[in-house]
Amino acid sequence: MNIIACVKQVPDTETLIKVKPDGSGIVEDGIKWVMNPYDEFGVEEALKLKEKLGGDVTIVSVGPARTMETIRTALAMGAEKGVHIDDPSLNGADAYTTAQALAAVIKTLPHDIIFCGQRAIDGDAGQVGSVLADLLGIPSVTLVLKLEIAGTAVKAQKAIEGAMMTIETSLPCVITTQKGLNEPRYASLPGIMKAKKKPVDVKNAAAIGITAAAKAKVAKTVPPPARAPGKILQGDDPALKAQELVKLLREEAKVI
Amino acid sequence: MAKGVWIVAEVRDGAYRKVSYEIASAARKLADELGDEVCAVLCGSGIEGKAAELGKYGVDKVYVADNAALEPYTTDAHAAAVAKIVKEKDPAILLMAASVQGKDLSARLVGKLATGLATDCTGLKLEGGKLIAVRPLYAGKCFGEVAFEATPAMATLRPNVFPIVENAKAGAVEKYDPALDAGQLKTKVAEVAKDTSGKIELTEANIIVSGGRGMKGPENYNILEDLAKVLGAAVGASRAAVDAGWRPVTDQVGQTGKTVSPNLYIACGISGAIQHLAGMSSSKFIVAINKDPEAPIFQRADYGIVDDLFKVVPEVTAAAKKILA
Repeated sequence: MNIIACVKQVPDTETLIKVKPDGSGIVEDGIKWVMNPYDEFGVEEALKLKEKLGGDVTIVSVGPARTMETIRTALAMGAEKGVHIDDPSLNGADAYTTAQALAAVIKTLPHDIIFCGQRAIDGDAGQVGSVLADLLGIPSVTLVLKLEIAGTAVKAQKAIEGAMMTIETSLPCVITTQKGLNEPRYASLPGIMKAKKKPVDVKNAAAIGITAAAKAKVAKTVPPPARAPGKILQGDDPALKAQELVKLLREEAKVI
Repeated sequence: MAKGVWIVAEVRDGAYRKVSYEIASAARKLADELGDEVCAVLCGSGIEGKAAELGKYGVDKVYVADNAALEPYTTDAHAAAVAKIVKEKDPAILLMAASVQGKDLSARLVGKLATGLATDCTGLKLEGGKLIAVRPLYAGKCFGEVAFEATPAMATLRPNVFPIVENAKAGAVEKYDPALDAGQLKTKVAEVAKDTSGKIELTEANIIVSGGRGMKGPENYNILEDLAKVLGAAVGASRAAVDAGWRPVTDQVGQTGKTVSPNLYIACGISGAIQHLAGMSSSKFIVAINKDPEAPIFQRADYGIVDDLFKVVPEVTAAAKKILA
């Protein structure tokens, strides 16, 4: 089986995000970059599928030079090879452009199933997997919590508001992965050593035949609205503080 | 030239989801500023009779695709049906719900319509007659103002943020043929297993009571559930509680879970790790109950109680029960 897992490098969840004074983006100094946590579920599912059905796993990623570390992490987890699309015109690209770049590469590779994280925790757009599927003309199932493949039949479960939904489709398809699908493995030391020798193709936009033209862009980045300092309720009696809280919520905040 | 503010209305089990009225109201506001009309797309089966109802929330015209293949929702059938009428009528703006369905549909439309989409928006404005969509980035650690280079400018709106405004318009109904090709439809819904526990969805809740590591174990969440019941609230959890296996992943609030903006968020035994704060800081009022006075959650809280949550929470439940009786 030819399995693809798309990954993105993002700031670690513990990162304090600072906005540049001119609003042109965030300050990147000192950020610890990691594999997008939702993509880890995709890589893990790809590896599990390979272990069960045979085949190989190719990692595809769009991003600047530092992205190579994240591709190597996925190779250390057990993927066979990688494609790194690195072009300054694609840094901070919108979902459409990113999906175009991924599609341009994936079209040239055999692909039975493609995994993408349901969203990347930086831009939180949650679009790339679906757009990629559309550009490739194949089905997509988003937010998958459970996946079964039998032949070319695909059965996927996802949570919708107030229900669990089971969706059936067929290969080839794109699956976007949600927390709960699996427990991503850690890269082993031998895995890390082996990953250094695994092949990664580096391509720029011209090599894959695309020209970046954003359909949407973040024109300005702003800090979140400041919150007024709160009130700490004083006293030793939990019951009295609880009563005061309920009174404030009712009469001052008017939220209950 | 692209013209008009459009929405895709969301129906589940034959009824509009509340967020549909929110996006209709938001669309009306933009259309009034632009001097344009609001049109809605309604896709489903046996739903034509529901269409005119949208007029109440400011919709001038409703395009209805009534087809057995459109119920229940599947990605490929709905994306094809919406794309067909949007391509034909060429609206300037297209708003959808940032629900599970709306996010799935809108992302697929990005590909079909070769346009841009701002996901999970908390604000909309017009600059020079063009849409600017305001949305959280990094789960709310900062915000982005998104501008569009293609039409329709698409945005999904976070539930519970945009007010519902009644503003009666014609709601004229026009049926169209979605021209679905059965051979092209590759996904189908095999089963929908409803949660019959009466649980309120986190992303749509007005009030959330949330518990973290300070809950000490899964068996103690009943005190939060009791409070939630009295307040009509949903129960959430921090990543620590989910990773410990105390609560299901669907309950997680934060950067690797759900981003929520209820009117009231009550954080119990949650220290306030940055990735949790990111997911709930846009709540209108925040209450923190934690015995550690240094917990970062207190810096975000409107009201804080520094005490043992096991003593405080049942008292809050009792006091709320009295006041709400």
